[in-house]
Amino acid sequence: MQVSINVNGEVYNRDIEPRLLLVHFIRETIELHGTHWGCDTSNCGACVVLMDGKPIKSCTTLAVMAEGHEIRTVESLEVDGVLDPIQQGFHEQHALHCGFCTPGMLMTTRALLNENPDPNEHEIRTAISGAICRCTGYKNIVAAVRWAAEHEAIAK
Amino acid sequence: MAVTVEQNLPGPGPDQERPIGFGRLKRKEDARFIRGQGNYLDDLRLPGMVYGQVLRSPYAHAKILSLDTTRALAHPGVAAVVTAKDLETLGLAWMPTISYDTQAVLAGDKVRFQGQEIAFVIAVDEYTANDALELIDVEFEPLPAVVNARRALDPGAPLIRDDKIGQRDNLASPTWEAGDKAATDRVFAEADSVAVRDIIYPRCHPAPLETCGMVADFNPKTGQLDIYNGNQAPHAHRTVYAQVAGLPEHYIRIMCQDIGGGFGGKVPVYPGYVCAIAGSIVAGVPVKWIEDRTGNLIADSFARDYIMHSEMCQKNGRITGLRVDVIADHGAFDSTAQPTKFPAGFFHIVCGSYDLQASHVKVKAVYTNKAPGGVAYRCSFRITEAVYLVERMVDALAIDSGIDPVELRMRSFISPGQFPYETTTGWTYDSGDYAKTMNVALEIADYEDLRREQKEKLANGELMGIGVAFFTEGVGAGPRKHMDILGLAMNDGADLRVHPSGKAVVSLSAQTQGQGHETTFAQIVAEELGIPPEDVQVRHGDTDKSPYGLGTYGSRSTPVSGAAVAVVTRKVRDKARLIAATMLETRPEDLSWEKGRWFVKGDPSKGAPITSIAEYAYSGRTMPAGLEGGLDAQVIYDPPNLTYPYGAYISVVDIDPDTGEVKVRRLIAVDDCGVRINPMVVDGQIHGGLAEGLGIALMEVITFDEEGNCLNSSFMDYLIPTALECPDWELGETVTPCPHHPIGAKGVGESPNVGSVPCIANAVIDALYRKHNVRHMDIPCNPARVWAAMQGRPEPPQ
Repeated sequence: MQVSINVNGEVYNRDIEPRLLLVHFIRETIELHGTHWGCDTSNCGACVVLMDGKPIKSCTTLAVMAEGHEIRTVESLEVDGVLDPIQQGFHEQHALHCGFCTPGMLMTTRALLNENPDPNEHEIRTAISGAICRCTGYKNIVAAVRWAAEHEAIAK
Repeated sequence: MAVTVEQNLPGPGPDQERPIGFGRLKRKEDARFIRGQGNYLDDLRLPGMVYGQVLRSPYAHAKILSLDTTRALAHPGVAAVVTAKDLETLGLAWMPTISYDTQAVLAGDKVRFQGQEIAFVIAVDEYTANDALELIDVEFEPLPAVVNARRALDPGAPLIRDDKIGQRDNLASPTWEAGDKAATDRVFAEADSVAVRDIIYPRCHPAPLETCGMVADFNPKTGQLDIYNGNQAPHAHRTVYAQVAGLPEHYIRIMCQDIGGGFGGKVPVYPGYVCAIAGSIVAGVPVKWIEDRTGNLIADSFARDYIMHSEMCQKNGRITGLRVDVIADHGAFDSTAQPTKFPAGFFHIVCGSYDLQASHVKVKAVYTNKAPGGVAYRCSFRITEAVYLVERMVDALAIDSGIDPVELRMRSFISPGQFPYETTTGWTYDSGDYAKTMNVALEIADYEDLRREQKEKLANGELMGIGVAFFTEGVGAGPRKHMDILGLAMNDGADLRVHPSGKAVVSLSAQTQGQGHETTFAQIVAEELGIPPEDVQVRHGDTDKSPYGLGTYGSRSTPVSGAAVAVVTRKVRDKARLIAATMLETRPEDLSWEKGRWFVKGDPSKGAPITSIAEYAYSGRTMPAGLEGGLDAQVIYDPPNLTYPYGAYISVVDIDPDTGEVKVRRLIAVDDCGVRINPMVVDGQIHGGLAEGLGIALMEVITFDEEGNCLNSSFMDYLIPTALECPDWELGETVTPCPHHPIGAKGVGESPNVGSVPCIANAVIDALYRKHNVRHMDIPCNPARVWAAMQGRPEPPQ
């Protein structure tokens, strides 16, 4: 079937199978490999992208369900060579090791900061509780989100 | 978004130090990962590539009466279906395991565990391959399954390995012993008291977020086999493929790119890999296989599964003796990760950090109708099981004897003056000051205050537990005189070339899975040569472009490869000295070294920096007599001993008396891993290991029903800690340099997993003992099991 899906501001018109998952549309059909796949069951969060600004799990969303919505992936965070503060925060605070969960974590925490520019530790932990990181033990991810929140506040 | 941020990583951020050498240097590898530009296996696309998927057994034990692939082959888009029969013609139906056993690549005669590989479909895409799996017709005759390892040797138990000539029962490896039985019997006879416990360390799974997979690309014209595969030991894998497939080793090239976590699960060779290689040989095009999550959990890389009976004794308030009798459950094929001479890995380090008079350890292994594995999930071979056992037993002895668990440990520690210390099972610990490290942990925790709070809470009916664990690990395997894997010495290589401009490339046989090697190994070169770490590129993962070595697991990267890098850099520095002497028209012995330059003793103004020496070495100018041009060197490092990191961990848990839910309120980890190359990376490693340890202690378990059905086949059932279960880790450190390591480092990646599991279990039991007189419960301490323990009921099965 024909779909027309807006990813990172660009509209992709493609002929796909109705059963195609959004994660596979992103990774295979339009070849944006920053979004990862990790579990099939909505538990790990490696596949998180934003749909109209809300984090969703693209491994349990059909690509057709994205029609008429705006999808944002990790590739959209850096603009004109300037990193998003959340990307910089992950680097500053050593909030990633293997990097596999990082795109999903970045999109989840970007959405959090858009909703709540000054989240406390518990709010951050709650926001990322739908995403698994096997490497960092989360402490530095919490610190990275705080780093980004503080630097965004200074910038405003 | 108008905030000013650093654009060109790597480099210093607003408050970043920029050490030339050791220190908190932010990671080079972050630049691609934070942009979603990591290069993981599933991101690879090759021209003409097709996709493989595995058909798995629904039964734990069954005869295969017939296997019909006709309908699958007729499905549009299917290129081939590989079965055991096809593999037999290639000689690939069975493969050797890391423990000298054999494993079926695809089941031909019968299936021996649920999830076992039966057929491999190759199709134009993943969806089509999955569709075709449904079209393969297999007729089974179910057989009774052996699930409980304790019953595996019962007379009349179904024989699992009828493929092995002479195998009459389910014994996987005969009893192996360490220590001195007679001396241990004497010590127990003289003891004041003895604690006895049956302790199970159940199956769990490293479950890295990226599953296993491979792209195999066999070129029939040249005979070249290119393998893309995220594994922890690329050179050893190449050797194994050469043996299994009968291909010439120099025509096999393995390329590991970014790996989404390993934790021991990406050490072995799995049937899916062999299928992908066979598929590429058969189809003549590149074949990609990416394991699904269920396949990962039910068929690959389980860890632990040790059933342990143990006795520990004390005299005059000091631990004096230990007896351990283990049944190891190896599943249907023995693919335990272990060095050749140690069938139970390093389990006999079970005497721990204590000055025992005697100990005796017995381990035997059985086959069951469960997945093969026995990988070392974030630990050196079986050290986690050993540390868990000894630290649970010390607490058991403390409870039974009425001694505070900290006091019993403090009285029984090996003292600093006793090092080097030979344990009663034959390990030579090189250094340590255990009481010092324990005291740092007690101070951070405010242990006395915690005990007072606990007493108050108990009086109010609240359940609070305080857990203590002190571990000693043996990591960095290992000396070639003592250990090898499949006949391969456990050494690692390093090549270092400093180019004319002073920029360097160091090549390693270690293989990062997220540990930050691109940063920390550059820092070792920087420390030893005095050039900035950003001027050092770290190369690894490509067998054609890196020296031979056994890879990254068992916390061996820093102890072995890190030593190799330090030694090779010193070789380059020594060569630079000879060149500098010629440049400065003096003798080498008249030169002194300071970071980055050789200078004339007594005249520091007269010197040659490494950059000038490098330029000279490649120039047309005269080299010192007998010395070749260029500035490079290579080494293979053979460690003289293991390294022995240790640590003191204290945890505080609160248990809901109505639900049995355990909340870890605090976890204090004080590690002594020797010299820290990058303290930021070390802390990160500890945080991650603590989360995994918390998972194993409270949530992570792979269980089976009586028919051998795996009950934890997805992340819906195999529970991994999220940010909400994890506390804000509290770290401390002591630094006791390893005396035999070139930079005094010991390795740390696995310590936090090893130490935190008994620490948290001890805290739970500490709480339950005080209120409910519970003297032991097995992990995981999930609500159902804790609640049952509180009621004095049998705990639900693991």
